[in-house]
Amino acid sequence: MKRPKSTIDRVIAPTLTHCPYCALQCGMALIPGERVTVEATDALCQKGWTAADLLSSPDRLTTPLLDGGPATWEQALDHVAARLQEVRAAHGPDAVAVFGGGGLTNEKAYQLGKFARVALGTSQIDYNGRFCMSSAAAASIRAFGADRGLPFPVTDLAAADVVLVAGGNPAETMPPLVRQLTGPALIVIDPRRTATAKLAGLHLQPTPGTDLALALGLLHLAIAEDAIDTGYVERRTTGFEAVRTSVSPWWPERVERLTGVPVAAMRKAVQMLKNADKAVVLTGRGAEQHAKGTDTVTAFINLALALGLPGTPGSGYGCLTGQGNGQGGREHGQKADQLPGYRRIDDPAARAHVAAVWGVDPASLPGPGRSAYELLDALGTAGGPRALLLFGSNPVVSAPGSAHVAERLKALDLLVVVDFVPSETARIADVVLPSTQWAEEDGTMTNLEGRVQRRRRAVAPPAGVKTDLEIIQELARRMGHSWPADPREVFDELRRASQGGTADYAGITGERDGVFWPCPAPDHPGTPRMFLDRFHTPDGRARFVPVDHRPAAEETDADYPVHLTTGRLLAHYQSGAQTRRIAPLVAAAPEPYVEIHPDLAEHLAIGAGDLVRVSSRRGCVEAVARISDAIRSDTVFMPFHWEGANRLTNPALDPTSRMPEFKVCAVKLDKLEKGKAA
Amino acid sequence: MRLLVIGNGMAGARLLGEVRARDKDIEVTVLGAESRQPYNRVLLSNVLAGSSGPDQVRLLDPTWYGEHDVEAHLGTRAVQIDRQTRTVTAADGRRFPYDVLVLATGSQAVVPPIPGAGRALPFRTLDDCRAILADSRGSARAVVIGGGLLGIEAARGLAGRGLPVTLLHLAGHLMERQLDAEAGLVLGETLAGLGVDIRTGVSAAEILPEGVRLDDGSLVEGDLVVLACGVRPETELAVQAGLEVRRGVVVDDELRTDDPAVFAIGECAEHDGVVYGLVAPAWEQAAVAADVITGAAKDARYRGSRQVTRLKAKSVELAAMGETHLTEEHAEVVRFSHRATGTYRKLVIRDGRLVGAILLGESAAVGTLTQLYDRGAPLPGDRAGLLFPGLAGTAVADSPVRMPDSAKVCQCNNVTKGQIRACWESGARDATAVAAATRATTGCGTCRDAVEGIVGWLCEQEGVSA
Repeated sequence: MKRPKSTIDRVIAPTLTHCPYCALQCGMALIPGERVTVEATDALCQKGWTAADLLSSPDRLTTPLLDGGPATWEQALDHVAARLQEVRAAHGPDAVAVFGGGGLTNEKAYQLGKFARVALGTSQIDYNGRFCMSSAAAASIRAFGADRGLPFPVTDLAAADVVLVAGGNPAETMPPLVRQLTGPALIVIDPRRTATAKLAGLHLQPTPGTDLALALGLLHLAIAEDAIDTGYVERRTTGFEAVRTSVSPWWPERVERLTGVPVAAMRKAVQMLKNADKAVVLTGRGAEQHAKGTDTVTAFINLALALGLPGTPGSGYGCLTGQGNGQGGREHGQKADQLPGYRRIDDPAARAHVAAVWGVDPASLPGPGRSAYELLDALGTAGGPRALLLFGSNPVVSAPGSAHVAERLKALDLLVVVDFVPSETARIADVVLPSTQWAEEDGTMTNLEGRVQRRRRAVAPPAGVKTDLEIIQELARRMGHSWPADPREVFDELRRASQGGTADYAGITGERDGVFWPCPAPDHPGTPRMFLDRFHTPDGRARFVPVDHRPAAEETDADYPVHLTTGRLLAHYQSGAQTRRIAPLVAAAPEPYVEIHPDLAEHLAIGAGDLVRVSSRRGCVEAVARISDAIRSDTVFMPFHWEGANRLTNPALDPTSRMPEFKVCAVKLDKLEKGKAA
Repeated sequence: MRLLVIGNGMAGARLLGEVRARDKDIEVTVLGAESRQPYNRVLLSNVLAGSSGPDQVRLLDPTWYGEHDVEAHLGTRAVQIDRQTRTVTAADGRRFPYDVLVLATGSQAVVPPIPGAGRALPFRTLDDCRAILADSRGSARAVVIGGGLLGIEAARGLAGRGLPVTLLHLAGHLMERQLDAEAGLVLGETLAGLGVDIRTGVSAAEILPEGVRLDDGSLVEGDLVVLACGVRPETELAVQAGLEVRRGVVVDDELRTDDPAVFAIGECAEHDGVVYGLVAPAWEQAAVAADVITGAAKDARYRGSRQVTRLKAKSVELAAMGETHLTEEHAEVVRFSHRATGTYRKLVIRDGRLVGAILLGESAAVGTLTQLYDRGAPLPGDRAGLLFPGLAGTAVADSPVRMPDSAKVCQCNNVTKGQIRACWESGARDATAVAAATRATTGCGTCRDAVEGIVGWLCEQEGVSA
C-alpha cells in the first residue's frame, strides 16, 4: 500500500513499532496523515498517545551547532574528531569519556561501547542506566548469576495470586502494566500512597531509607510464621542458614519502630505471601536508588527465595526496569565494567571473544572505568576526563547533586551532545549533533521482560539530521575505522559479540521479533522463563546473601529536618527533555512541585499553592506546594522531571552498584510567597 | 589492644559485632557463661508460644567468631576481676588478661523468697523456655506469677498452646509500670478472652505441687508454675572488683565505670540512674561503647534511651512508651477507650510533643506515633487525627453524580468527568466510544467502571428528562 509522497506528509507507510518511552515498550502503529497519528495495538498511556507530537516539535534540532552557531556536518564532525584525538594525544585515552543512555537501541549501545573501547581506547564509558537498574542488576547477578529485569513474561503477573511491589509505581511509570496487576492481591511498599498503592490491598508506608529493614523484618516473620519453602531452599539454593541468622535481630516490633510500618501490616503481608500459590516480588527504583540499594534488593530476593518463588513457574522475583531500553542498554557494553552479551570486561575469556569479533588484540581493550556519577564528578578535574561525548542523556537534570554536575560539565575542554532537542545539557555543550528520533529509525529494544523487539522506521527524518549510528560511523571513520551504520548490520555483529554470553542474542536472526533472550541459535525458541531448571550460577543454585540494614547516607537533623524523596509523574519521562515539549503532557503536569503532608504544612504555615524553597546541603530549588495526605508527614516528595530536584539529591553511592541515593536525603523548607490559589 | 568481654548475650554479642565493624585489628576475647551461641532473648516468648522456632533465635552463626577473629570461650564463667593486674579469672582457673574490659553480664531472674519456689520454673533463658515447654506437655493447668511484660507473654503463649493459665499479679493492674489502670483493665479483658485467667492484687505465699497458695490462704490450681517476677542486674563480679555499683554497675556517658579500663553495657549497667531492661537500649549502648573503645568516634556519648515496650503476644496488640502516667495537671492527655473491642489509646503530650503513649488494640497509628515519640517531633494540631489516621482525609466523591466536572477520571490519559460529559453530549453512548474520542480507559484500564458509570448515569438522566 504505497502512498504518493507529499511534501508535508513525511510518513512512509503505517508502521508497527513500539512506544519511545518506558521499558514496557507498548506496541503502537504509526498512521500516515498530515501529522503522524498513533494507534494503540493494546494499551497506551498519554505519553504513548502523544509520542508523535515530538516529531513536529518546533524545538527540533536539525543543524549541528559548533560553539553555539550553526555548522555543517563536515565542520562539526571534523572538529569533534580532531579535538577528541588532540585531547587523547595530549592526556591519554582516558582523558576522553563517553556517556550513554538507557533509551538508546541495542545497536547504539553496542556501537557506543565499541567506539569507546576500540576507536577511543578509553575505559571511561558509562551511562544513565547506572542511575536506574544498577542496584537490581547487581543484586540479581549476586543471587541468580544473571540479571534479566523480569525473568518471566509480564502476563505471569496477572496469573499470580499475590504481587508485592517494593518501591515501584507502575500506575504512573508504566500504566498499561497495571492491567496485569488487577487480578492478584497487591502489596505495595512506598512512603507515598501512590496511584499504585491506592490499587493495593495492602500498603506498607515506610520511612524513606528503611526499606531494607522492612525486607529483613518480612523475612524474619516469614520464618517465624513457617512460610518458608524448605524443599525449594534445600534443592535450589545455598546460604540460607546464614541469612536466617542474619534476620534474627529484625523482629517485627523493632522493624516497626524503625520503619513506622505497623507489625500487624507486616504480618498481613507475610500471611498473604504464605497463602499464595503463585507469588511475585518486584522491586522498583524506590528500593533500588539508595546507597544501600543492592543490599535492599538482595533482602527482597532473599525473601523471594525463602518463599520458593524464583525459577518456579508463575512465581518469581523481578525488577521493573525503567528506561525504554534499560535492559538492552545494560547488556551490550556501554556500562563501565561490561562487554556485549552481559560479559564482564575483566573476564579474560570475555575479552578474547569480543576482541575477536572486533578484530583487535584483547590486550588493547581497556579495563573497567568509572561509574556514571564518578565519571561525571571527575570531568575536568586533574586526572579526570577532559572531553565527553554524550548520547541520549541529560545529566544536568537527571544526575544527583546536579548543580555540581553542571559545573563539572562546564569545566570540560570539550562537551559534545548528541540529541534531537536542545536539552539542558545540550545547551551547555560545545558541539551539538542533531540526531534522529524513535519513529525515524530502525533498531531493537529489549523490554523489561528481556524480549528483543523491533523498532521500525515510520517516517523519514527531517533534512539535516543523522542517526546516532551514522554519527558514530562518521567519527570512527575519521579515526581510521570503517564501521557500518545500518542497524541490521550492527545487530548482526552484536549477535556474534553476544554469542555465548549471559544475554545471548545469537539466534535472533532475520525478522524474528519479540524473542526472549537468551536465544543462542536461530532455531532456539528463546527463553520466556529463566531459571526453571537451574540458576545462572556455577552450581546452578541461587545464592542467599546475608545483608544488614544501615541508615540513609544522610539522615534528617535539626538543620535539615525533613526527608526528601523524588520520583516520576505519569505525564513525563525521565529528565523531561522530550515530554516537556509535548503540549498535552505539559497541560497534564505543567510545573515542578513539592508534595507536603497537611501536618507538616501546618507546622511550616505553608498552604496549597505557596511558593516554597526546598534546600539541602547541596543546593536549593523553588517549587509550588501541594498539600496531600498521601505522603508521610516526615517526608516531602518532588518529581525530578524538571531541572532542580536533583540539585538537592545526595550523590552517596552504593558500594557495589555505584547507584546514587536519589530516594532519600535531608531537606528544609521555607515559604517564600503566598500562592494565588490558596 | 586486648579487649575482653564478659557476657555473650544480646549486649555482649552485639558489642563484638559493633567492634569488628569498626576495627579489624583489636584482639577480642569473649567469655560466655552459657555454652550455647548467643541467641535473641526477645524471641523467647515467641518460642514459648510456638510462633518462632528455637532455631530462629540464633544471633551469630557458630563460624562467626572464627571468621571475625574473635576468641570465644563459651561455657566459661568469669569468677574474678583483678583490676591491678588487669586479669579476669574463670571458674576453671584460666586467666584472661585485658587492656579494656567490658561487662555485659546481663541480669538474673528474681525468684521470690517463698516456700516451694524451687518447684517453679523461671522464664529467662532459652533453657528455661525449653524446660517450660517440656513440662507444659504433661500439665493440666499453668500458673504464671508476675503480670509484667514477660509474664503476660508467657501466659499468652501457654494459653495459645491450649493450656488453661492463671496469671497472678501483685499490683492492682497488669504492667503497672507501663500502663495506667484502665489500660491494665482492658488488657486483662483481652487476655481473659484468650483463655488467661487474670488475678491482680494477689500475693503468692507458697508454691505447692498442686498449685500456688496465696497469702489469703486460697489455692490457685496449677501443676506448672512459671515465674516472671522481674530481673536483677548481675553485678556480683563488679561488686567484688570494687567498682561502683548501685542497682547496676554505674557507668558514665561513655559507658565507662569508675575504672576507666572497665566498661559496662546492657542490663547489668546503670546509666543516669536507669537500668534498662530492653534490648534496644543495650544495643545503643553497644554501639557507643564500640565507638569509644575503638576510637572510631571518640566523642560518641550515650545520653539515655527512649523506651518503647511492645508486647509480643498473638492477638494482643500493645505498645506503651514514655511517661504514660502523667495526668491532665502536668500534661495534655488525649484518651480514647472502647473496652468492648479491647481498644484503649492514650497520648500524653507536653510542649506540643508526644512524651508518652499507650496503644492497646490494633492501630494503624502505632508506627507513626512511635516515631513521633522517638524523634520528639512536633505534633499536628489535630490530635484526633493522630489517634485515628485517615479520619481527617476528605472523602472522595467518586459517584458519577457527586463528582465535579473537573475531577480526573482517567489518570493515564488525563481525562476529566467534564470531558466525558462533553463527549457524551457529542454522541458517545458507551465506554468504547468515549475511549475512542478521549482515550480514557486505554492506559491502565482501572477507570473503566468509572467511565461506564458516568456514561450510564448520563444516559439515565437523558431517559429521565426525555
